[in-house]
Amino acid sequence: MAANNSPEFNWSCPLPSDLAERILLAHGGGGRLMQKLLESLFLPAFSNEALNRRHDGAVVEVGGARLAFTTDSYVVRPLFFPGGDIGALAVHGTVNDLAMCGARPMFLSAGFILEEGLPVAVLERVVRSMREAAQAAHVALVTGDTKVVDKGKGDGIFINTAGIGLVEAPSPIGPQAVRPGDAVIVSGDLGAHGIAVLSVREGLEFDSVIASDTAPLWAPVRALLEAGIEPHCLRDLTRGGLSAALNEIAASARLAIRVEEARIPVQEAVRGACELLGLDPLYVACEGRFAAFVPAREAERAVEILRRFSVCAAAQIAGRVEEAPAGTVILKSRIGATRVLDLLSGEQLPRIC
Amino acid sequence: MRYVDEYRDEAAAGRLAAAIRRLVRRPWTLMEVCGGQTHTILKTGLEELLPPEITLVHGPGCPVCVTPLALIDKAVAIATRPEVIFCSFGDMLRVPGSSRSLFDAKAAGADIRIVYSPLDALRLAKANPARQVVFFAVGFETTAPANAMAVWQAAREGVANFSVLVAHVLVPPAIRAILDSPNCRVQAFLAPGHVCTVMGYEDYEAIARRYRVPIVVTGFEPLDLLEGIRLAVAQLESGRAEVENQYARAVRREGNRKAQQLIAEVFEVSPRCWRGIGEIPSSGLQLREPYRDFDAELRFPEAASEAAESQECIAGAVLQGLKKPHECPAFAVRCTPESPLGAPMVSSEGACAAYYRYGRKQ
Repeated sequence: MAANNSPEFNWSCPLPSDLAERILLAHGGGGRLMQKLLESLFLPAFSNEALNRRHDGAVVEVGGARLAFTTDSYVVRPLFFPGGDIGALAVHGTVNDLAMCGARPMFLSAGFILEEGLPVAVLERVVRSMREAAQAAHVALVTGDTKVVDKGKGDGIFINTAGIGLVEAPSPIGPQAVRPGDAVIVSGDLGAHGIAVLSVREGLEFDSVIASDTAPLWAPVRALLEAGIEPHCLRDLTRGGLSAALNEIAASARLAIRVEEARIPVQEAVRGACELLGLDPLYVACEGRFAAFVPAREAERAVEILRRFSVCAAAQIAGRVEEAPAGTVILKSRIGATRVLDLLSGEQLPRIC
Repeated sequence: MRYVDEYRDEAAAGRLAAAIRRLVRRPWTLMEVCGGQTHTILKTGLEELLPPEITLVHGPGCPVCVTPLALIDKAVAIATRPEVIFCSFGDMLRVPGSSRSLFDAKAAGADIRIVYSPLDALRLAKANPARQVVFFAVGFETTAPANAMAVWQAAREGVANFSVLVAHVLVPPAIRAILDSPNCRVQAFLAPGHVCTVMGYEDYEAIARRYRVPIVVTGFEPLDLLEGIRLAVAQLESGRAEVENQYARAVRREGNRKAQQLIAEVFEVSPRCWRGIGEIPSSGLQLREPYRDFDAELRFPEAASEAAESQECIAGAVLQGLKKPHECPAFAVRCTPESPLGAPMVSSEGACAAYYRYGRKQ
């Protein structure tokens, strides 16, 4: 690699030698490079108790109330795709991060970075979609900001949203609460969002239109809590898909996670598209799916409750948590043999042949 | 999913594995030639089902891995020119050149685009007449027909701002080179099904006869591989050395004549350097004289790099089946997908990438 050969490379650099000299797209891909960026730069720089828990959102106490707080930026291209658009995504992504903390989403902020020349009609369409998504998720958009950058310095619209929610889960939810024996539930079929966006972006046409799975997830999470089920950990399956989520949890919890490929739901059209493109649906992003870690004795009941919601109709128990090998995700393949399910290194790339 | 699920069935896999166990009496070393097959083996954990007598070694069938360092450097140099839109299959972008990869060049501002077909690159050339569009034509015989088609169409339509950087390699000469090596330990080959879909397997019959080695044309699903292994072991145990076709649902003996004609129209066989292995005579393709105008190497005579490979990388031995990826001291320590020493660690068909991604059980 460049760093090792170039004479001016400085070995005393505080960043590890394998952190690239420039930011690559893969640093935002949810895989190993992003983990490195977090671990070598952001976490040490801002270290505190809430951040170090490394959950989807931070849980903080304010005047006796437990609040969940999270933020996310949306840079999806194209802005509109089957099943959704950047506006709906900007609401769902942030309310889902709150839901994964066991929190009822309450308030959102929205920051818009607009590119000079953007048709106002496009912005109107996005804002309408955000309003509808916010209403459906029962959150109020209470503050915002707008900036415009020179033409060519943005990609139409970038949106940042932050959200505050009230924690309703009685006990802490996060990787630290995961226990050996816990069942791993996948809340629905994987990969539709990533494939929907990819197919529009790359002009790929499949027999059937694949629509994004983008959706708010608080309702099914609340139903679990109201039924007295205590999820040990919840994680939405966005960048890096199921594989990234399970690996992060296995690493943080210092436990092993075993999942069965045949029990992980993927709809036929998505499987077909992934086969064709050489992608693995276990790494493809979803925007309305999550993994739930629940005590084994409650797993069947949890799945039953989840399946009452259309967004979770395909919920399945896909695996379980074990003691060893700690920090590892093991996949039982369709032919009955096992292998490691690793974090992605960089982005998934279409193959040559 | 039809035509996929049938070839990933757990019960059928168990039956085939049992059949292999019944057949095998002695230890045998088999090579699956294609990197796609290697990945299926690792991704499904297939070796777990095999008896200990069977050793699978992984072959040179990863086009990204065997593309010479100098050519990667040349690709980076061409891609960096301001007038160039450089198009490539996604796989190539991560491969380390002597100082940087195409991904690094992209991050530094080069206009590099991932395409799914060489015809996409040709379309891009027509849409951007003021730019030079260069397609990185990498691959074995499998990708050669589509790449030949792009050049043929460009010639017919007079798309003067289109060119290809050719890095085409051929499988049979590589198999011969492996068998000619004094260190060769391969006793049977699983030949690459996709390559044979295009080229047929007549060439492989000559190899089986001359070297007395069983060759089974094999597909890419786990059951294909188990069936291919079963056929190869049956030959080995009974002392036969023939070409058999496991992948009959896609491969005919004569291959796809139309595709072969197109390849022969545009390309001719040439000597080629394989990264990590060296020059193999008559092992590559180059553009024929009437199509040389579309040769990016001639259009952009960038200075050839004299870069040396990493001293530590054993990619050559891995690609010839002499060593396994985890036998490399740098594996997963100084060589990872994020900071690779060699191409097999980053290609989606590379053996080292497969071991890194699927094989590191503790």
